[in-house]
Amino acid sequence: MVEVTLWGSLAALVDGQKQIEVDAKDIRELFRKLAERYPALRGPIENDIAVSVDGVIYRDSWSKELPEDAEIFLMRRLVGG
Amino acid sequence: MSFDATYHDQIYKSVGTRPVRPDGVDKVTGRARYGADFNMPGQLVGRILRSPHAHARIVSIDTARAEALKGVKAVVTAADLPDLSDGDQSHYDLLDNCMARTKAFYDGHAVAAVAAIDAQTARKALKLIEVDYEVLPHVVDVDEAVQPSAPVLHDTIFTGGVEPKPTTPSNVAARAEFGHGDVDAGFEDADFIVERSFKTEQTHQGYIEPHACVASVNPDGTAELWVCTQGHFVYRQKCAELLGMDVSKLRVTSSEIGGGFGGKTHVWMEPVALALSRKAGRPVKLVMSRDEVFRASGPTSATSVDVKIGARQDGRITAASAELRYSCGPYADIWAELGAMTSFACYDLENVNTVGYEVLVNRPKTAAYRAPSAPMAAFAVESAIDELAQKLGIDPVAFRIKNAAREGTRSSYGPVYGPIGIGPTLEAAQTHAHMQAPLGPNQGRGMACGFWFNFGGQTCTDLNVNSDGTVTLAVGTVDVGGARASLSLVAAEELGIPYETVKTVVADTATLGYNDMTDGSRGTFSSSMATISSARNAIEVMRNRAALMWDISIEDVVWEDGQAKAIGSTHDNLAPLSIKEIAEASGKTGGPIAGHSEMVADGAGVSFATHICDVEVDPETGGTKILRYTVIQDAGKAVHPDYVEGQYQGGAAQGIGWALNEEYVYGQDGRLQNPGFLDYRIPVCSDLPMIDTQILEIPNPNHPYGVRGVGETSIVPPLAAIANAVSNAVGVRMTHIPMSPPRILAALDAQPTA
Repeated sequence: MVEVTLWGSLAALVDGQKQIEVDAKDIRELFRKLAERYPALRGPIENDIAVSVDGVIYRDSWSKELPEDAEIFLMRRLVGG
Repeated sequence: MSFDATYHDQIYKSVGTRPVRPDGVDKVTGRARYGADFNMPGQLVGRILRSPHAHARIVSIDTARAEALKGVKAVVTAADLPDLSDGDQSHYDLLDNCMARTKAFYDGHAVAAVAAIDAQTARKALKLIEVDYEVLPHVVDVDEAVQPSAPVLHDTIFTGGVEPKPTTPSNVAARAEFGHGDVDAGFEDADFIVERSFKTEQTHQGYIEPHACVASVNPDGTAELWVCTQGHFVYRQKCAELLGMDVSKLRVTSSEIGGGFGGKTHVWMEPVALALSRKAGRPVKLVMSRDEVFRASGPTSATSVDVKIGARQDGRITAASAELRYSCGPYADIWAELGAMTSFACYDLENVNTVGYEVLVNRPKTAAYRAPSAPMAAFAVESAIDELAQKLGIDPVAFRIKNAAREGTRSSYGPVYGPIGIGPTLEAAQTHAHMQAPLGPNQGRGMACGFWFNFGGQTCTDLNVNSDGTVTLAVGTVDVGGARASLSLVAAEELGIPYETVKTVVADTATLGYNDMTDGSRGTFSSSMATISSARNAIEVMRNRAALMWDISIEDVVWEDGQAKAIGSTHDNLAPLSIKEIAEASGKTGGPIAGHSEMVADGAGVSFATHICDVEVDPETGGTKILRYTVIQDAGKAVHPDYVEGQYQGGAAQGIGWALNEEYVYGQDGRLQNPGFLDYRIPVCSDLPMIDTQILEIPNPNHPYGVRGVGETSIVPPLAAIANAVSNAVGVRMTHIPMSPPRILAALDAQPTA
């Protein structure tokens, strides 16, 4: 079980919750279970979300493992110059 | 094959050296082929008709007279670019920006295009296109656009991110909020509070090479595009989506690039060139003029930011907040959100809150510009931090060190930091000789910190060992700042061979797997990781070939110093096999030798920098001269230190131009008044001192060599560092960028006389 924190705009899509507990071993499973529980997240998961794991940002590495004690934060998928 | 990206300390032979750049001779002799240097037999000249109005409804477009002109082979309008967005707003916005559909949203917005046998005919044809506009009220200023009385650009946009959902349309496309703690309580605890408002004007990335491409669509629907871009795979994807093509049918080749800095991460006129070629049945070359580059591509946001920071007498910040309004042009994006995320990222704050507002205005679509949105936020925050340090009577560097984020700090944008480098850059600044150098009359010193996220992304490389033992490395990230040299060094390092025997090329989209573009400071970070992986895979092949040649087990073969060596008591008398010997025999041992890699190179790690700047301000003219400038930044590991220094210096130079001179100037009619380098002044060599650099190397734990991205963070601190220096020189807090001579004189004149 990992605790996931959501950035402000996303919280509105999950009944206003800022923290959610999900039983997931990696980012792929996390996204799958979030999409099942909160269908409104499906679009953002596909296009807008990156995952910060212990402060390191992962945009596309859905196989990244999520240790139980890791700090997991869903944040905006960034753009750069 | 699995790849371990974990950092391992090692002694380098190639990485960290400074060989001559492989593309240097071609660039200084004019042989290098940029976007406009491609030509095809029978190619036509493309030209685009642009709106002269800041905001206008397109009532009708009559192209008949243009199409009848001798020498005109095709005319296209939005009707030739059907809406295939299927509800995807970003797709629709991109299409609409390439060619206005119902309204022209800014001066310079494309409304039609022609392809003709020569430039004269094309220009003549543009004049024959009759556009009936219904001119609408416009708004170009970010603060005016948020007022209830402002003309609304889109009656379909209601501010997102607010509850309850608004019922009236607005130019504020979205609101985003970040932070933690209780800022009201934090300000209650403060002994001193600084609260100020800041503005920055819109600037252009200022790339020297205008957008340019040649498009050739064949009768069978296949097509080729030669283009100046930061990401040819992304351009292929976007053009195929916009034009309804199969991705496989469009082959895109990137040219050399004369600067991009984020401005060449979006398609602008490339889909139009393809549409013209599709209609004309001939290749079409489309090159923007400088006027078009300014009016219709790439600027960054104009901003308006309110900052409030409080601290106790002991120098600890108790609370910080900011409200940021960023212009997006006519299409909603996340520029203010990025500003809100980065504002206070350098600091360890118990109570922090930032709110960003995306503001739509009648200006060109905002594009990324090197650490997009961070420099403007840093200008406001670092100016207020400096002023607060002065109020507290604390040295500005010491004040920042006391409040700097560190491992374990919850960042202002949410996640908790791992190991980070803000502290070391500040400590290096504190002991740097620059900080102790004397200052003369009318001179001032300023410093500031900056943050950028950095990221990686999808990356693919092919490493081919040629029959003579030399190596060709094909990469898919466009070389914007010396990556071919850096990646050759990485391949040489991993294989244990001389740098000179490795040739790196940027492959086209038909010859290599997909690559994300060169943005987010990811080029060298990502492609070096994939290169290491490719090289290790090639080494496995070569160990196998050596084992075959020796007729021993592969477990008894190791790779050292560019050679296969047999180990074990029964084989260690065998003479090593060099890469050349293995390559020469490859035809008889299984065929060509290559190593491939396809990966998502994540784990880039956040980046910090500290800059120091000395200026002298002429109190009579308001002119500012940069006397001395120092950049201190963490590179993780500098693969080719010359290029790392070049990135540091380039970011600082662009920041200096932004801070002192560059700005879009609009007239009352909403038209851009200065779309050229004579009136929009970027710094030239004579404006700048030699920019000093100090590379810190704190390894990134998520890269085998510890590499971090270095391309963007260097533009974050300059606006604030220079503003602090100018403010210290003239004794007036400067709050409006650029600090052009008239603006400095106005600030001085506004001071009460003694």
